[in-house]
Amino acid sequence: MSHRLVIEDLTVSYNRIPAIHHINAELPCGSCVGLLGPNGAGKTTLLKAIAGLLPIETGRITLGAHSGAHAIAYVPQRERVDWDFPITVRGLVEMGRFQSVGMWGAFRSKDGDAVDEALHLCDLEPLAARQISALSGGQQQRAFLARAWAQKADVYLLDEPFTGLDRNSTAAFAKALDLLRRADKLVIASHHDLKSVEALFDTVLLLNGELVASGPVAEIFTPAKIERTYGTGVFSGHHHA
Amino acid sequence: MNWLLEPFRYEFMQRALVACVLIGFTNGFLGSFVVLRRLALMADALSHSLLPGLAIAAIFVGLSPFGLLLGGLLAAIFVALGGHLIAASSRIKEETAIAALYIIAFAVGIAIIKYSGVRVSLDHFLFGNILGVGDADLWTTYAISCIALLSLVVLQRPLLLTLFESAVAKTQGIRVDALLGLLIVLIVLTMVSSLQAVGVLLSLGLLILPAATMYLLTDSYAVMSWGGAIIGTIGAVTGLLISFYANIPSGPAIVLVLGIFLIVAYLFSPKYGIVAKRFHRRHLHDESLERWKKTD
Repeated sequence: MSHRLVIEDLTVSYNRIPAIHHINAELPCGSCVGLLGPNGAGKTTLLKAIAGLLPIETGRITLGAHSGAHAIAYVPQRERVDWDFPITVRGLVEMGRFQSVGMWGAFRSKDGDAVDEALHLCDLEPLAARQISALSGGQQQRAFLARAWAQKADVYLLDEPFTGLDRNSTAAFAKALDLLRRADKLVIASHHDLKSVEALFDTVLLLNGELVASGPVAEIFTPAKIERTYGTGVFSGHHHA
Repeated sequence: MNWLLEPFRYEFMQRALVACVLIGFTNGFLGSFVVLRRLALMADALSHSLLPGLAIAAIFVGLSPFGLLLGGLLAAIFVALGGHLIAASSRIKEETAIAALYIIAFAVGIAIIKYSGVRVSLDHFLFGNILGVGDADLWTTYAISCIALLSLVVLQRPLLLTLFESAVAKTQGIRVDALLGLLIVLIVLTMVSSLQAVGVLLSLGLLILPAATMYLLTDSYAVMSWGGAIIGTIGAVTGLLISFYANIPSGPAIVLVLGIFLIVAYLFSPKYGIVAKRFHRRHLHDESLERWKKTD
């Protein structure tokens, strides 16, 4: 049971103004966590802090039983990517192997296998030779997931992966995330559409500057807690760890 | 073929040829990194901001390549860092801050050159003169080309990840800020090395035009950078020959040749050219049909 991400007393600030503060949560591996909260609640901030992209002001983030630089894979918002970049889908997924091959190391057969596997699991094999702008939105999102997958990370952080995806693309992407969950990985995705939460996630983390609640969907995703997350102003003082 | 070899019987043309090959290749290679990071206008700002550094160096140490290199480098880094600091400490955004600083620096440079009465003409800095390349210039260019190409080849993987998506690259343990800083330094070094040939104002052309041309021709970053280097070399040498026969300055001749390459690619690139886009509807239809069949 030591496979888990533990967040203790986490505060992250921009110019000394805290965006999220005193967050405590334990997220077990083998789960798919929906990170929910109103705009400005600090969802992206929390993801970036876990990814190590932002300096932590207080507290710490630990990964029980996992270690090493490979542990965390980050998938950015789709709009932030330059899709005209001269690279194919396969090239994009190969980028995930950077830590394994290093700066000058040869791309070995095990790296090739990891890339093949990621392409297969994300259902991208027929598109592997395409330039990345010649993909639909759902395929682009899966291509980045495949890159994360090829990284063989333990924790997958996704910033609004379902935004702009239609029903079919959502289903295809959810299927890929489910495969990761079954492989005992931890998936954390920020999310906006409350109607689809129960179908996509098994765990939720409700955020409103502070942590409102976290735990299994059935237990935590209740009208009262949702109301507390969205119905009160950020930093209103409600604190239920 | 005699017309091709004839000019190179002169020693100054031999030097110019070597300089063109080095400068064309290095700029063309580096240019793809600049274009992919969308740093073209930043590079333009840096090229202008070289001027006061060059002027001050010319006053104090004369026209020695090393002095010019140092002066230009310091001035450009001052502008790049200054822009960064102003953006971080005020409401002004970085591109405005850099534009403001570089144009002030440019004005200062012109004023210093005019006012100090140094024996160099402003034209020399602004437009260069490849026929005046000396041994020391050649060695400087050679050294800078080696440094730039080696760094880019050795750091190609992390650089590529950084240029594509720097946040993800950072989570993969890449020192993104250091690499981007290095890229700025390499841009300035390479620009200083092309100064003698094409001058401050036209150096941007050597950097950007081959890469922009290749960007329209390929979906592979490796082909883009090596192809840019080859196009840059061909363009620089062709420009040199044209300048010899047509008796026009080398800088504009080189930039015009590279400009023609870009226009041709813009029109006739098989995949991204506007002619292909206009007349190959069937291809687009195939793609949509394929996508439709395999609904995602």
